[in-house]
Amino acid sequence: MISIKNLHAKVEDKPILKGLNLDIKPGEVHAIMGPNGAGKSTLGNVLAGRDGYEVTEGSVVMNGKEMLELEAEERAREGLFLAFQYPVEIPGVSNLEFLKASVDAVREHQGKPALDSVNFLKTAREKIKSVNLDQSFLKRGVNEGFSGGEKKRNELMQMMMLEPQLCILDETDSGLDIDALQVVANGVNAMRDPNRSFIVVTHYQRLLDYIVPDYVHVLADGKIVKSGGKELALELEEKGYGWLENGEA
Amino acid sequence: MSTVFQTQQLAALNASNGWLTAINEAGKAAFAEAQWPSRKTEAWKYCSLKALADHAFDAAATASTTAEQLAEITQIAGLDAYQLVLVNGQLQAELSSAMALSQVSLFSGADAEQQTLIADRLQQARLQPGHHLFNDLNDAALADGVLVQIGKNSRLDKPLQLVSISTGDNHVVNSRVIVVLETGAELTLIEQFASLANDSSFTNNQTEVLVGDNARFNHYRLNLMESDARFIGTTLVDLQRDANYDSFHLGLGSVLTRNDLIVNHNVGGSHAEIAGVYVPKDSQLVDFHTDIEHRVAHCTSNEVFRGIINDQAKAVFNGRIHIHKDAQKTLAELSNKNLLLTNKAEINTKPELEIYADDVKCAHGATVAQLDNKARFYLQSRGIGEQEAQVMLSFGFINELLDGLKVEAIGDWLRPVLAHRFGRDQVFSAEQTGDL
Ligand SMILES: Nc1ncnc2c1ncn2[C@@H]1O[C@H](COP(=O)(O)OP(=O)(O)OP(=O)(O)O)[C@@H](O)[C@H]1O
Ligand SMILES: [Mg+2]
Repeated sequence: MISIKNLHAKVEDKPILKGLNLDIKPGEVHAIMGPNGAGKSTLGNVLAGRDGYEVTEGSVVMNGKEMLELEAEERAREGLFLAFQYPVEIPGVSNLEFLKASVDAVREHQGKPALDSVNFLKTAREKIKSVNLDQSFLKRGVNEGFSGGEKKRNELMQMMMLEPQLCILDETDSGLDIDALQVVANGVNAMRDPNRSFIVVTHYQRLLDYIVPDYVHVLADGKIVKSGGKELALELEEKGYGWLENGEA
Repeated sequence: MSTVFQTQQLAALNASNGWLTAINEAGKAAFAEAQWPSRKTEAWKYCSLKALADHAFDAAATASTTAEQLAEITQIAGLDAYQLVLVNGQLQAELSSAMALSQVSLFSGADAEQQTLIADRLQQARLQPGHHLFNDLNDAALADGVLVQIGKNSRLDKPLQLVSISTGDNHVVNSRVIVVLETGAELTLIEQFASLANDSSFTNNQTEVLVGDNARFNHYRLNLMESDARFIGTTLVDLQRDANYDSFHLGLGSVLTRNDLIVNHNVGGSHAEIAGVYVPKDSQLVDFHTDIEHRVAHCTSNEVFRGIINDQAKAVFNGRIHIHKDAQKTLAELSNKNLLLTNKAEINTKPELEIYADDVKCAHGATVAQLDNKARFYLQSRGIGEQEAQVMLSFGFINELLDGLKVEAIGDWLRPVLAHRFGRDQVFSAEQTGDL
């Protein structure tokens, strides 16, 4: 699905990613954990194509295409989706108009037929319900005045509408109560599919009880320093990251 | 030295209008002597009057229109209001609702008591700050007008929609509206200015409002004229004790659209909430001059204007806040943000603060804004192209103010009109999303 090789990236001239390797096959769920400031969100932003993140070395190949040469919107149309750690508020742009523009652009690129407004609205209503948000959120400005948890659920809702191939969830569980966590986990699990892969960035093993990963990686100082199965998450929660960083340094 | 415009307008004045003669005379004398504004005239510095000075106006309207044409430009779909239609300054009873007709009086039909009230308002208006030669012209030509009076603790159950249309080429319409809300009264008034395409007439409007003690006035002033229309309008608002003024001003843009808004906080406890949007394109010019006069203590005002200027259009925003020396405990906020869509588009924005009291809170900001890069990336990360993202965000920048409108039907109606302006039609209609 996606193959990240020797990825180096700088933010404002400061090296953040320092030779990161990661291979993800279709249908797999990879969890990434790691200390604050390790570069987890930077990885997500670099993959999504954000301006200001300068890739100095390496490659990211998804379904045979070099992603690093594409604009952010082109990557999204290729099926890459990042659920942001801090989704932005865009007052004045309605969630519904935004979602429609997004879905239209992605479907058109993928050669799928356009959804007319009636069918689109029907689907949007279903999806928003499935993430436990009131229908009125469709009409509101994108994330405008949403609580932290509501923003995360709105990200999930977008993911459901876009049906991406690779979903990157950056701390989608942070700040959620157990009920909301279950809503998110159920949403993700319902989307698991032999052809769809996930990168789940989290600080908490708790999420991984609900979304059971195939692999767990530790990202520290811009590199994957340890990889293992789901039991690694438990170990990390118990021991922290200190033992790893010291060991690898 | 008077201009052709002045000479023509003076020549067109009627000899006498009965009880209005005194005000006619005062206006005429002042207008005859007025200096035509130039770039050196502070209040008109960035507002070129070429579209008036260089234009030959005829004395009377000639063009005729069908009722269908009129109905089309007067409708605000989804708005449930009592409608009153004026065509070239003349009230059209057959296009107006009976209820609306019963709620207003014409100056020409005013009884003695109303005449006294009107004359008093007219005199007051001559003393207002920022009084200019077009106000003089309005006084000079005044023969009739519309009086809306809402009695003590009364209210209309629907908004009153006052539509002024100009249809004929080249004529001048001087229009006058006086609104008086007595103690505890409530009114929503929608003043809608429209014109037929290619109509190059000049509307010189003046609307004066007295909001009595504890009364609430919701005011929409929508400049929806076609590009060739010339418009100069003044809104004077007097706020009495605990009065509330909530208003929205729209300048869609035309060859000349100038609006002056003066709000007087005359007695303590009054609040003014003022929002405005202007979106000129091509070679249009929109100018908003606002002046909030905090004359007494314990009043508040909040003013937000946003503009998007396209092509080689020009916009002016001058926001004055005058806090007089007795106006302690005033809270006054003013924000003006602008987006320039091309490098030929022009904005002159100036907050003008004069503060003579020491215990006040006054915040202001005027900016030429950049679209938010984070927001743009967010849209792009969802597959939306850069160009389209830009358009969506520009529209969102003003739609934010539409979202806040109390009469939702106006926002619902304007949204697609404005979205279309930015080259991105709305996908969902108000009917489709009505139950969300
Ligand atoms: N836009 C930016 N400008 C400057 N520095 C940045 C920027 N984005 C990230 N950084 C820096 O890069 C480093 C990695 O940040 P990143 O957000 O990727 O960490 P993280 O692993 O996601 O941490 P957390 O667990 O707290 O979310 C940090 O030192 C951060 O300060
Ligand atoms: Mg992070």
